[in-house]
Amino acid sequence: MSREITITTLKYNPSDENSKPTFVDYKLEETPGMTLYIALSKIKATLDHDLTSDFVCRAGICGACGMIINGKPKLACKTLTSEFKDARIELLPLPTFKLIKDLSVDTGSWMKNMSMRVNSWIVTNEEYDISKFEKRIEPEVADEIFELDRCIECGLCVAGCSTAIMREDFVGAVGLNRVARFSIDPHDSRTDEDFYELIGDDEGIFGCMSLLACEDYCPKNLPLQSKIAYMRRKMVKV
Amino acid sequence: MQIKYTDALIIGGGLAGLRSAISTTDKGLNTIVLSLVPVKRSHSAAAQGGMQASLGNSIMGEGDNEDVHFSDTVKGSDWGCDQEVARMFVNTAPKAIRELAAWGVPWSRVKKGDKETVINAEKTTITEKDEAHGLITARDFGGTKKWRTCYTADATGHTMLYAVTNEAMKRGVVIEDKKEAISLITKDGQCFGAIVRDLKNGELTAYVAKGTMIATGGYGRIYKQSTNATICKGTGHAIALDAGAYLGNMEAIQFHPTPIVPSGILLTEGCRGDGGVLRDKDGYRFMPDYEPEKQDLASRDVVSRRMLEHINKGKGVKSPYGDHLWLDISILGRKHIEKNLRDVQDISKTFNDIDPADEGEKGWMPVLPMQHYSMGGIRTTPQGQSITLKGLFSAGESACWDMHGFNRLGGNSVSETVVSGMIVGNYFADYCKETDINIDTKMVQEALTEQDNYLDELLALDGNESIYDIKDEMRHIMQNKVGIFRNGKDLEEAVKELKALLKKTKNINITNKHRLLNQELEEAYKVPMMLKVALCVAKGARDRTESRGAHYREDYLKRDDENWLNRTLSYWANEDDWEPTLAYEELDIMKMEIAPGFRGYGKKGLIIENPLSQKRQDEIDKITQAHVGDRYELQNKLMPYELQSEYKSINQRLGDENE
Repeated sequence: MSREITITTLKYNPSDENSKPTFVDYKLEETPGMTLYIALSKIKATLDHDLTSDFVCRAGICGACGMIINGKPKLACKTLTSEFKDARIELLPLPTFKLIKDLSVDTGSWMKNMSMRVNSWIVTNEEYDISKFEKRIEPEVADEIFELDRCIECGLCVAGCSTAIMREDFVGAVGLNRVARFSIDPHDSRTDEDFYELIGDDEGIFGCMSLLACEDYCPKNLPLQSKIAYMRRKMVKV
Repeated sequence: MQIKYTDALIIGGGLAGLRSAISTTDKGLNTIVLSLVPVKRSHSAAAQGGMQASLGNSIMGEGDNEDVHFSDTVKGSDWGCDQEVARMFVNTAPKAIRELAAWGVPWSRVKKGDKETVINAEKTTITEKDEAHGLITARDFGGTKKWRTCYTADATGHTMLYAVTNEAMKRGVVIEDKKEAISLITKDGQCFGAIVRDLKNGELTAYVAKGTMIATGGYGRIYKQSTNATICKGTGHAIALDAGAYLGNMEAIQFHPTPIVPSGILLTEGCRGDGGVLRDKDGYRFMPDYEPEKQDLASRDVVSRRMLEHINKGKGVKSPYGDHLWLDISILGRKHIEKNLRDVQDISKTFNDIDPADEGEKGWMPVLPMQHYSMGGIRTTPQGQSITLKGLFSAGESACWDMHGFNRLGGNSVSETVVSGMIVGNYFADYCKETDINIDTKMVQEALTEQDNYLDELLALDGNESIYDIKDEMRHIMQNKVGIFRNGKDLEEAVKELKALLKKTKNINITNKHRLLNQELEEAYKVPMMLKVALCVAKGARDRTESRGAHYREDYLKRDDENWLNRTLSYWANEDDWEPTLAYEELDIMKMEIAPGFRGYGKKGLIIENPLSQKRQDEIDKITQAHVGDRYELQNKLMPYELQSEYKSINQRLGDENE
């Protein structure tokens, strides 16, 4: 049996000086298995051609569609409308990131800055020859790196983070997890001292207040709490 | 409106574009990559199951090498591919994967000793060799003789994309996201860059470059049901088409056997590669009846057709979304699923409320073949340059250089992205280095103004058609008339209807009049582009009166090597035309390393032989019998090919000394 749902979204275009932030209600019929991707696509095609939002993979793997859904940062494409028993859903753009328009925010620039800041790449002087055997890695170590490499830079951990709201340059759980990832990679020659140079301050590992909303909201269930603690113990020793 | 200058301009920030950008940057060229989305969100990230490279480390890959990978690829393509390109590819793939390992992709590794696995629905123990311990391992995939698909669980594209993006950032590649190329700047058959719209503020900029590359992926979104991301609309193909480039084999569309119903989200071939099976409404495993040898792991075109054939016999499972079949991976066990197929599990739980690790039918996932991959693309030389437009290159799924022919093997596409980024990326870099352009800024300004005016004209249209309705109709037509089973009548109608829709786009009304940030305006310029691409697909399919690979004609069941061993070329002859013009490019049997024959799966006896095939086979036999020397020398006698020396060098493997 289908029901009518109401989706309320913030609408605002900061680049248009005539635009004022307003909430708009959209009423539509719920279809079986409806996700917020399906619902918003329908709204855009039929009710409001001006509504702006970002979806790419619509499968929960690209991280494009983070938004605040009834008060919590979540991926819209993985959120089913049937989760909301009172048939009311309120959508806001992710905080911390620059608002482009309505529900669309600029996570790309934020993540690029974070990546540059933590040198999010393998650093090594080791030569490799692509015609010869790859470096041998213990299977368990490869699995452990993969576990942390699963981050999709959706920004939900940043949107849920109090430090990120107070400190513009805080690298967030996403950045700290990235450093933890490279610190266990045998291809990377950086030492704890090198990582301390990158994150040994209040914009880095010492900015975290251990409120841990990052882990609560991570759609990939990354072990952010233990990895931040792990990096902090390492950095304190430097 | 402004003008930006760079040496190399790359449109598309997925794996092919970014790996090409590394090639150009390493050769000292200023490089700009443009992307519709932050590059780590590109559709490359959605590649799940893995990347083919013939490392042969795992015991189940023992004996694998470039020759076996080559043979699988050619047969997979149904002899439609360019065999020289396939050779370039298979020789570079092991290097690509080793480079990625050094860049930090955490490839799953071989663990020595016994390992429990599922083969042919039976639990089996395999024993990995001590000397392979710690090297990159592989899983089984469709249409391959060996376990050759290397992986990081079922998030392989994701880890690859992150590693390659990181390397590009490390090298200082300029990556500009939320930028869309809406036309190419051309003069006298040469490309000088692109006119680009900023999706964050709506402004137009001309990017002038010595060389331009299109690496924009596939065009799956012209179909109603597709596994492709929302950005895979083929607009890169459309701007190339408008600029005078030729597209190749656009009718060659792959339908993947196992997207989940109804959302169309892909469940990787790794599900079946790891031992999962397809079942019908009675829970019966039907594929061995149709394909005794490869069973659930024949090539994708064959499995998809067999599935529909089985549904048509009344064996499908009824649902509100039509009939479907089941994919059963529960037999692999919870431990395996939660380690190696965790995204599949997450997708199934989130979107269908089914935990595939649950035992028995409770864990079966509903699947149905849907559009997945575009074998066709911008027709290029083996070096990646457009055959008609100088200075325009293409790599990855957007290109038809043409290693997939009429069907691509699973695991070969994500592999192609990085391999072509290495090979074509380097040829592209050489071109940019050798080329000096002398460009008139007035001409650039005119190109900018033309697009500026075009957007104004779209906004001013005062018709009564909705661009959203036109798009829905197009996707419906493609779904129903240019799908897995095709016939002349439906295809003829599809071409007519798509033409009518293209005309309708001149009579739309855009309700949102904002010139800058306006997603409706974006639809208004994208949908006509998508329609042009759709017309290339439909017309190419209508005129190709044979069945080859994924192109299957109910009214022409045979692969016709006598008349159709060729590549379809489509181009837009005149600006005011309502449909593309087609031409054909012959494949030269006498130069093939493997002469056309039976693929080893699919229905037998459905080939119209070309007499040259036997002649070439006799020649190959003669050369092979007379040959003294190693396999590399033999290969060179059969089909010499060009490749950069750093990629042509011999790939090291375990057991090399036995050769």
